[in-house]
Amino acid sequence: MVMQIIFERVTAEYELGPIRSQLVLQSVELAIKSGTFTAVIGHTGAGKSSLLKAMNGLIVPIEGKVHIGDTIIKPGKNKRSLKMLRQKVGMVFQFPESQLFAETVEKDICFGPLNFGVPLKKAKEIARTVLEQVGLEPEILSKSPFSLSGGQKRRVAIAGILAMEPDVLVLDEPGAGLDPKGKKEILSIISALHHKRGMTTVLVTHDMDDVAMYADDVMVMEKGQIVIHDKMRKVFSDLTQLELFHLDVPEARRMQMKIEKDTGVKLPKICLTVEELADALIEVGLA
Amino acid sequence: MNKLILGRYFPGESCIHHLDPRAKLLAGFYFIFVLFLANNWQTYLLLWVFTLFVMHLSGVKFRTYLRGLRPLIWLILFTVFLQVLFTAGGEIYVDWWLVTISEFGLINGYYIFCRFVMIVFISTVVTLTTKPIDLTDGINSLLRPLALLKIPVAEVPLMLSISLRFIPTLLDETQKVMDAQRARGSEFGEGGLVRQMKTLVPVFLPLFVCSLNRAEELANVIEVRGYQANEKRSSVRQLIWQRKDTLCILLMILLTVGLILLRKEGGAH
Repeated sequence: MVMQIIFERVTAEYELGPIRSQLVLQSVELAIKSGTFTAVIGHTGAGKSSLLKAMNGLIVPIEGKVHIGDTIIKPGKNKRSLKMLRQKVGMVFQFPESQLFAETVEKDICFGPLNFGVPLKKAKEIARTVLEQVGLEPEILSKSPFSLSGGQKRRVAIAGILAMEPDVLVLDEPGAGLDPKGKKEILSIISALHHKRGMTTVLVTHDMDDVAMYADDVMVMEKGQIVIHDKMRKVFSDLTQLELFHLDVPEARRMQMKIEKDTGVKLPKICLTVEELADALIEVGLA
Repeated sequence: MNKLILGRYFPGESCIHHLDPRAKLLAGFYFIFVLFLANNWQTYLLLWVFTLFVMHLSGVKFRTYLRGLRPLIWLILFTVFLQVLFTAGGEIYVDWWLVTISEFGLINGYYIFCRFVMIVFISTVVTLTTKPIDLTDGINSLLRPLALLKIPVAEVPLMLSISLRFIPTLLDETQKVMDAQRARGSEFGEGGLVRQMKTLVPVFLPLFVCSLNRAEELANVIEVRGYQANEKRSSVRQLIWQRKDTLCILLMILLTVGLILLRKEGGAH
């Protein structure tokens, strides 16, 4: 299904208290192609989470329009389109395990589909499938989500979103707070699903290695605006631009620069992953 | 979620802001007590003048006070309604089945309404002009005599400041969980009563779990940092009783004298 995401001069604010509110998005223009994997990077408070919330209608713009597929969110009330939107757009919050509530894992995963009117029997079938997709055994379906380990809880929570069978998946640092192995597994599961289901995926992350591994495109946000939106490889090639926004490069790229500086040998291409770096080093005979 | 006025602090520089929290607390509680001295229109007028004067002194807009009243207005009107319908005496205007609307009923209803509103206004003045931390210090200081009765008052300020400290955190958390469930298709404030109640379970359960976890963590942290219950403790912030605080108490005594003088002798409704 074609699910491009388009923002037309979207401005949004966030209520801080009875008097103060803050502009979190400032006339954001963006177009994400259907079926791409986009990483959103930027410093804390740059508006990354707000951007994701606007994609799911949790923040409604005060100016501009958000198009997700053929659904449009405009300023004001959009009750009908919000419900449609939330079914199409699955949103994985930061620390999603804090939304688990049901007595059993199965009931928790079924919560989303049932809200969108899927019959119980079908929902249970879906629960089984998505649990398998996130790499968990069907035995835990009857367990309480509160008895699971941290990594398992995270997977169940993500399964709860996948169960809604969204066409667009937006994730806010899905790996935060997990051990390196758990984090890697979560991200490779998401990447695999992205390709298998042909979803449009938007991932907020602070880890440039994740960006290099999984993303097609990169968006850089600062002060509620998108300052860079380009192909991943292009973004990481332009060092001056990255420095301008105080952003890191992937570990492999940093290592490559150090090797080039110390040995004076220029590697044939820009390496963003460990594998690429290894290949390039072999090619020039340094390893 | 952010609309609650009662219990919120508004920074300011008014003379009421600068009063000792103990003076404000004592005066606030004392005011509720003297309210019951009033029994005719002269005394209520005096109380209204006093209340509005204090509200004006606080430097906070009248609109803010009205907003603080809003969440309680139905409770107040309900009480007034009962009072009006079920008090007999004086001239009777309506008499139908169990319901009588009488002169005394209307007057009493009006008085009760005034009392409620004034209590809300005065307590809002106290909380709006006092930092939560000063409020806890004040309560602690006022409760100290209870220690003689072997009541563990030393823990009260800790309990109070922890609960006050975590109100904003809990509100944030509520917003977050509500957003997360909304993203999974929950609709809040829609449909019948039963349906609305059902949508609350997925919000409250995660909140309970998270609060319990946090309480345990907090207890551990407090213990690790060497906190001992029931120890004698000194305070960084010293409360100093000044002339203006004595003045505030004197004003309350003056108000009492005025009320006693204006009050209708022996004529209680």
